[in-house]
Amino acid sequence: MKAKAFKQPPMLRLLSSAFILCWLFLAAFPFIWTLWGSFKVELDFFSKADWTNAVTGARTIAEHGTAFTNNGYQGAWVQEEFWKAVINTGIVCFFVVTISLTIGTLGGYALSRSGFRYTFWFLIAALIFRAMPHITLVAGYLLPFFQWNLWGILPTTIIVLVAINQPFTLWMLHSFFQKIPKELDESAKVDGCSQFQAFRHVIIPVMWPGVITTGLFSFLLAYNDFTVTSMLLSKENQTMVPKIASFLGTTQTEGNVMFAVAAVVSATAPLFVLVMFFQRQIVSGLTQGAVKG
Amino acid sequence: MKHKTFFWFILPTALAMLLFIALPIVSVVIQSIFTPHEQVLKVVESCDPFGCKETTSVDQEATQKLRDAKPLGQFAGLAIYRDRGHLAVDEVKAAWQTREGLKDFFKTINNLPFYRAMGFTLTFTFVVTPLLIVFGFVIALAVNSLHRHLKGLAIFFSLLPMIVTPLIGSLILFWMVDSRGIVGTALQWLFSDPNLSLKASTGYTWIMLIVYGVWHAAPFAFVVFYAGLQTLPQDTLESSMIDGASRWQQIRYVVIPHLMPLVTFVALMQLMDNFRVFEPIVGFNAQAHATSLSWIIFNDLGGETRALSSAATTSVLTIMGVAILLSPVLIRTWHDFKVKH
Repeated sequence: MKAKAFKQPPMLRLLSSAFILCWLFLAAFPFIWTLWGSFKVELDFFSKADWTNAVTGARTIAEHGTAFTNNGYQGAWVQEEFWKAVINTGIVCFFVVTISLTIGTLGGYALSRSGFRYTFWFLIAALIFRAMPHITLVAGYLLPFFQWNLWGILPTTIIVLVAINQPFTLWMLHSFFQKIPKELDESAKVDGCSQFQAFRHVIIPVMWPGVITTGLFSFLLAYNDFTVTSMLLSKENQTMVPKIASFLGTTQTEGNVMFAVAAVVSATAPLFVLVMFFQRQIVSGLTQGAVKG
Repeated sequence: MKHKTFFWFILPTALAMLLFIALPIVSVVIQSIFTPHEQVLKVVESCDPFGCKETTSVDQEATQKLRDAKPLGQFAGLAIYRDRGHLAVDEVKAAWQTREGLKDFFKTINNLPFYRAMGFTLTFTFVVTPLLIVFGFVIALAVNSLHRHLKGLAIFFSLLPMIVTPLIGSLILFWMVDSRGIVGTALQWLFSDPNLSLKASTGYTWIMLIVYGVWHAAPFAFVVFYAGLQTLPQDTLESSMIDGASRWQQIRYVVIPHLMPLVTFVALMQLMDNFRVFEPIVGFNAQAHATSLSWIIFNDLGGETRALSSAATTSVLTIMGVAILLSPVLIRTWHDFKVKH
């Protein structure tokens, strides 16, 4: 009976399916189109004559003999040394995730286990910090970093990203640790553990699902950041996103837009894989804050 | 937990936030009330057989000395806040006195960089946020009614616009709406105007950025509402049906009230995020038609000259904007807190 009562009338069903198809098309098509186009020459991807050229690759065939060319990728990765930016991004992401999870779990755990009033104020302060536009913080860093010669190097950027990431990490881990029953570490303490030993032996083994979810978001922040990395890194140390932005200025004039297109596709690919494997964690992470209120 | 243990646990994260979030805020406030030193000029009289000449040159040594002695520069008070690049007090006053109607006044104001950026930032924030909430809600309803095998796939594709780097996402769309790109060509064909270029007009640029904003953030609202729909009280829904509620009435009186706390949450998050809109402007190369507060700070910082004081001043004004946006939430939390204790 229930299934029948909840069944939609055919008209509504059609409408809702059409809508969802439209949305999925809007969400996915740009990526598929750019991936396909990245293997073409510029005159095909930006075709003045006939838009079907971008699909069939008429000019690409004329120039290279096949409908697919990896000129864009070669130009980006070898000529423009995009691989260096990829390595830098790897370093930045790895350290940002590790450091921010380490100090974030300690802090989040403490916030969830302390019943004092200041924890509330601490979380409110974190919320305010979360709202600060990153570029206003960068405006605050530049002068001291120049004066102390800290500008331009990876460690500075890593520390800054860790700090910017903390408010979010703390909120997430705080609500996660609250779901772990207090009795677990209380009983360990009764058995003679110190607070840290209780954390080490009782909480750490059960905290991984929450930590992995939080880690994913830390990774995304570090990977996607443009504001901090473009202002605080020197040209040699650039990560992928600022590197792509700097491509635009130089290559557009030299007619090498395809380098940028290839670089964009290269930078998007890891994110695709990430969503594919961690879809469940991402969804649960996004909703965790919401369900808590 | 004891105060002492709490202290040691919280210390690293508190230190990181203090040093790299709280102190920079203090730093921009300080920077915004100082201007860089002007170069010290010296006049040297050089005499040769043809007579004496006075030449003015920059005294590098004295300039450096002055800079070392006071690295922050000269104290300027609120002068930078009042200048043309920021609140432009004199210009606004003049425009008000010489106005020919309100429209004319706003037109003049719109030529001042700070107000122009403010105008776009506020429009973007308050147009994109409600749109993405409505859009996300409709997607959530539609996906929820899908067959369960299709749900996973639909969620996968829906997440993409949000997960992808904002700069990269806007670049991908920008290449497509280029007058030689596929969407650009399609629009030219649709309006049968071969010279149509979205990049060339202010109105179209704003629409383009707003569409991007909704495209980028709707998945977030979708995921949150979708999760909310899973916890929908089935009893209430069934009893409303027995009472003869139509499908629309069920949504209006059962589903929406159930999701209301989530709507507040999404609205809060997105107001904060949209207020700092910045990457799409770089990605769409739209600075000629639309600038945001974050963008003018970036522009000041990034140029050859690195106008630090000017950037700091805009930063302080932006932070004030954030504070105003956040204040209703903070006041409510404070009330809740007082009631509890």
